[in-house]
Amino acid sequence: MKTIRGISMKGKVWKFGDDIDTDIILPGRYLIYTDEETLSNHCMEGLDSDFKGKINDGDFIVAGKNFGCGSSREHAPIAIKGCGIGAVIAESFARIFYRNATNIGIPLLEAPGISEVLEEGEIIDIDMEKGIIISENGQIYEFKKLPPFMLEILKSNGLIEYLKKQN
Amino acid sequence: MSMTMAEKILAKASSKNNVEAGEIVMANIDVAMMHDLTGPLAIESFNKIGTEKVWDKDKIIIPFDHQVPADSLTSANNHILMRNFVKNQNITNFYDMYKGVCHQILPELGHVVPGEVIVGADSHTCTHGAFGAFSTGIGSTDMAMVLSTGKLWFKVPETIKFNIEGKLKENVYSKDVILKIIGDTGVDGATYKSCEFSGPIIEDMSISDRMVLSNMAVEMGGKTGLIEPDNKTIDYIKKHSKKKYNIYKTDEDASSLEIRNVNVNELEPQVACPNNVDNVKPASELDVEIDQVFLGSCTNGRISDLRVAAKILKGKKVAKNTRMLIYPASRETYSKALDEGLIKIFVDANALIMNPSCGPCLGGHTGLIGPEEVSLSTSNRNFKGRQGSPEGKVYLSSPATAAASAIEGRITKPE
Repeated sequence: MKTIRGISMKGKVWKFGDDIDTDIILPGRYLIYTDEETLSNHCMEGLDSDFKGKINDGDFIVAGKNFGCGSSREHAPIAIKGCGIGAVIAESFARIFYRNATNIGIPLLEAPGISEVLEEGEIIDIDMEKGIIISENGQIYEFKKLPPFMLEILKSNGLIEYLKKQN
Repeated sequence: MSMTMAEKILAKASSKNNVEAGEIVMANIDVAMMHDLTGPLAIESFNKIGTEKVWDKDKIIIPFDHQVPADSLTSANNHILMRNFVKNQNITNFYDMYKGVCHQILPELGHVVPGEVIVGADSHTCTHGAFGAFSTGIGSTDMAMVLSTGKLWFKVPETIKFNIEGKLKENVYSKDVILKIIGDTGVDGATYKSCEFSGPIIEDMSISDRMVLSNMAVEMGGKTGLIEPDNKTIDYIKKHSKKKYNIYKTDEDASSLEIRNVNVNELEPQVACPNNVDNVKPASELDVEIDQVFLGSCTNGRISDLRVAAKILKGKKVAKNTRMLIYPASRETYSKALDEGLIKIFVDANALIMNPSCGPCLGGHTGLIGPEEVSLSTSNRNFKGRQGSPEGKVYLSSPATAAASAIEGRITKPE
């Protein structure tokens, strides 16, 4: 099944802590590869050697503050994308990672306090246009809504395809 | 209108009189750098865009420094792909694997001058802020856009200016200052911000020492790490570059400016402990045995760093159960170290002299550490798994602390 990164998404929560850096997401020794399949096989390897195997298409990473800090390696969001992750929800994101993930079509949702309220393994719903996350027991949490042009980039599966459509 | 350095540079680059923090601008790029690890993805994206020719063959800089020499067929193929790109696009400034680490050779070879907007597909591109250039790291898709159009959008950042006062004690260096600042600020304390470093201590610092501060701005989330150009900057630029430059200074009453005072009078040698750069402690408080010492990187692999280490290592040996790897940051650094007899001192001390490259810093080429091994490193990151095994541990320090610790085989304050 191909991951649908759309306006409404549903999937399971996989939780991580604060300051998840790009060396955790994709260690430096794999930067010689560029294909999504190989990179995703090593995603989060330092913390969980079978991360990819556990993910169903459309699941979500939920993390604390400063997700994606460190290197400018676009290999890191590509690895996450290749695992089938539908979106990353975090308290906050590092700057370069935020641009890179958006550029390749992964929604990053900033929701202060979210890592304290969502549980590992619960199934949540996300409505990108309303800017809300609905937990398994029906609680509604807001995230910072993305501007329309960014939604269009995500719908196009990344910046390059978006620009091609514009032209 | 009062503006910060970052605002003034981005205003000029986007052909505006004024810009304000928070505003999105489309800036013209003066220099774009990509190396052998981030280049292949950027070229793939450039090919997807479908532009035939790069925007400006003279403004793109391509150094090989991460996987050099090639350590696998995959690396060799990446190098071939990039050399073909250089040839097909007629790129003027290509530096194959003999020149050195990208952030060191860009200023050495005259590609960095004050007032420019510099982007690099490497997060430590913020190093060039030490010359008063707005310089920042970007990913491969952004780099592809730059290769194609010569432009990139930026959100104009707010500024945190660290005003550094006091006088450094003996054996305390700019690396200790920046580790202290990051320890106090936190790894995300300056996210999206332009960092500035100022104060009397900066005036006293050499260009190399200033580059250490700017290099590590990203370790607290900073977009860039700016230092106002002074006579030392101008002297360096005139010696290395023929490019025209523009000097911008921050207006003290700029509305997006926050000033933080840092006093370094009592500062002791600092060490960042695993696994975050803000986990900073005085070297004297640590009792840690080390398996490997790594002296080098875009943070601390310059000739002044090698001189400091050689002074400490002269006539001494690296501890029996410890190994020391030394990577001069560039060929020029290596050559000077040879002329000054530093290499002989290192060889006599049983250190390994490696070729100018990023080495263990990225944990993907030479000098990896295994499970449960401990590295003391003069580089800039100590994340879990950064230098090899996720069960290894990386500590960060100045070259002086690294050299003193190599002799003792444990983390030691330099005396």
